[in-house]
Amino acid sequence: MTNATEIELNEFREDVSFWFSENKPADPGFLLPETFMEVSTDSQFEFLRDWQQKVYEAGYLGMAWPEEYGGRGMPQVFQDIATQEMASQRLPFMPNTIGLNWAGPLILKMGREEDKQKYIKNILSAEDMWCQGFSEPEAGSDLGNSQCRAVRDGDDYVINGSKIWTSLGTYAKYMILLARTSTGGANKYAGLSYFLAPMHVEGIDPKPIQKLTGEYGFCQTYFDDARIPADCLMGSEGEGWNIAMVTLTFERGATGGQAGGIASMELNINDVVELSRRAMRNGKPAIEDPHIRSQLVQLITESRGNQLMAARAKIPALATDWPAAVPMSGKLRGSELKRRMCQLAVSLQGANGARFVSEKAIDGGKWQRSYFNSFSGTIGGGTSEIQHNIVGERVLGLPKS
Amino acid sequence: MFSDEQAMLLDTAAEFCRKHSPIETVRARLDADQIDVATWQEITELGWLGINVPEEFGGLGLGLSCVVPVAESMGRYLMGSPYSGAITAGECLATSGSREQKEEWLPKIVSGAIGSMALTETNGNWILDEIEAQAVVRTDMLELSGTKCFVTDADAANFCIVSVNVEAKARLALVKREQIPDGNLHREIVIDETRRSYQLDLDGITVPVDQLLEGSDFQAIEFASLLLLSAEITGGLVGSIHTIVEYLNTRRAFDKVIGSYQALKHPTVKILLDLEAMRSHLYHAATVLAEGKSDEAEVALRMAKAHGSAAFAFAGDRAVQFHGGFGFTYECDAQLYLRRALWCQYQFGDEAYHRHLLEPMLLDQVG
Repeated sequence: MTNATEIELNEFREDVSFWFSENKPADPGFLLPETFMEVSTDSQFEFLRDWQQKVYEAGYLGMAWPEEYGGRGMPQVFQDIATQEMASQRLPFMPNTIGLNWAGPLILKMGREEDKQKYIKNILSAEDMWCQGFSEPEAGSDLGNSQCRAVRDGDDYVINGSKIWTSLGTYAKYMILLARTSTGGANKYAGLSYFLAPMHVEGIDPKPIQKLTGEYGFCQTYFDDARIPADCLMGSEGEGWNIAMVTLTFERGATGGQAGGIASMELNINDVVELSRRAMRNGKPAIEDPHIRSQLVQLITESRGNQLMAARAKIPALATDWPAAVPMSGKLRGSELKRRMCQLAVSLQGANGARFVSEKAIDGGKWQRSYFNSFSGTIGGGTSEIQHNIVGERVLGLPKS
Repeated sequence: MFSDEQAMLLDTAAEFCRKHSPIETVRARLDADQIDVATWQEITELGWLGINVPEEFGGLGLGLSCVVPVAESMGRYLMGSPYSGAITAGECLATSGSREQKEEWLPKIVSGAIGSMALTETNGNWILDEIEAQAVVRTDMLELSGTKCFVTDADAANFCIVSVNVEAKARLALVKREQIPDGNLHREIVIDETRRSYQLDLDGITVPVDQLLEGSDFQAIEFASLLLLSAEITGGLVGSIHTIVEYLNTRRAFDKVIGSYQALKHPTVKILLDLEAMRSHLYHAATVLAEGKSDEAEVALRMAKAHGSAAFAFAGDRAVQFHGGFGFTYECDAQLYLRRALWCQYQFGDEAYHRHLLEPMLLDQVG
């Protein structure tokens, strides 16, 4: 297909919009997770997997991926429209986030022909869930220091060690795994290799980690003499670090090529305002409380400033003194804003602010749960404290702490 | 939306203010009695007084959004100038003046006449059309009474625009400098010493009734003032950060450059992020104002002023604190920013005031 006309795109948008409004899944009767990192029960998982499958079968996922591997070979703009529609209708997210957004585009870019044949379609259809084995208990943000070993033995690699923060670990069929094949080499990065590793193998044991919310969703994955086929190696031995860095550019959205679909159910400040009309404080809707009103206005203002920033900072004349400030502070601003929005949402609820996920809690306790889960943003990927150091040092030029 | 004109002006204005308002000049002018006439002349020649004046009256007709880069640059270098008052007076005449009033005054403003706004009264209220000053019509003359304060550069101004009640309705009257007896102007001590502020006693001042402006668009005055102050705040934040960072990168304590201490580094980053948000609010406000979207402009301007008031006050406060003992001295430049910040914060409404006005606009309109 060549360039689509404006009319074609508008027609397409109408079709997509109609399909999603007609096929929107009914309320499952239990609280859905906000992101793939929070999937903690079988019923949540099955609900989301079935939804992804339905969206794929309707043709609204992987639209720009090649047809021969299960995509539709269409221009990216069609997928973007479908994704925007999923976001604006606030539909459940696509749970195979790692497959769709990180592993899938990586395999399409760097994988062998047989890898593409084997993996891509099932990533889209949610038949095969994927997880990521990068972080380790002793190497959080310091990926290059990974210690998990992979030793070649005949036609296999034998894996020993452990990985942590494995989202969907118990549901995944495959893992993108960074492991050390050599301890020699010029530096710590040189001994790392990258595997498309099967999870359903003896000696691989994903153990769910209970989060502060009381839920599950992450695992620590233990490898105990686990044997995986040698052809799981991506590229050659020692190329692991480079391939991991390519993966991270997909993960952070710095490179395009993802399958599309939304990856989370994002909160925004309008949801908090809407809650403030329903949540009661001392017999009146919270929105009538003068103190709450002022706080809401402050957060709306902050949220607006944050939204406007990306577009404004792209104008060189308006990003003169510290041009890297906006791009380098995105996670810090977004995650801290979300944390405080959740705090405010809980504070709207009077004594019921002290409830947690349960029937009696307002909105089933989703605000309390969101508040707790918001720490994954302020801690994961480098804590807010580290982010302040990074911005202070690399943007303002202050000395290292 | 950011126009080529704005980009060009930002570039030129930043360079102009850097050259004309180095910190030594700012300090040297703190107790000057007169405005810097030579600099004013240059500003006039650059055409910056006509940026927002319609072309038919000799201006450039680019609108207030193109004044923003100039005001931001002046804020960046703490320049003391009658510029904002003059621009606001021009905007006021353009929105409330009659055809004759515009024809008489707007070309003069473009060629350097200084206008000053006399709005605030001793009660410190921010609501522009709730005032006590009076004007009584006696045949063809207006007899003024009451007191105005925070009238900046009133002494040097060619005219002031004064808000007065005429038959219980707030109106605007233009008063020429020569119509103000010298004894009616008293220099005020204000927190920002780069500003030359006056109290103007209206008692005994009489002007021809045709100096009453035809319209009374107080919203236009407020919008212009909020935009200009927000621009000045944005520039002020940039200046504060440079001042803080320079000190944090040079001063040593306990064998370390103090910028390496997170207790100083992290709040400095907060100020930087506040600036980034402020600049976004500012140019967004300028854009929606230029597009004539009045409701959106009101929200954007109040957000900008609310955010900026708090952010600049925090930056000034921390700038003093982070300079330690030196920060406690008059010699340290941090106080200049703190003083500027407090002036900007309390003119035309602080953060609490604007947030309160934003509440019904943001919270009570469903859908």
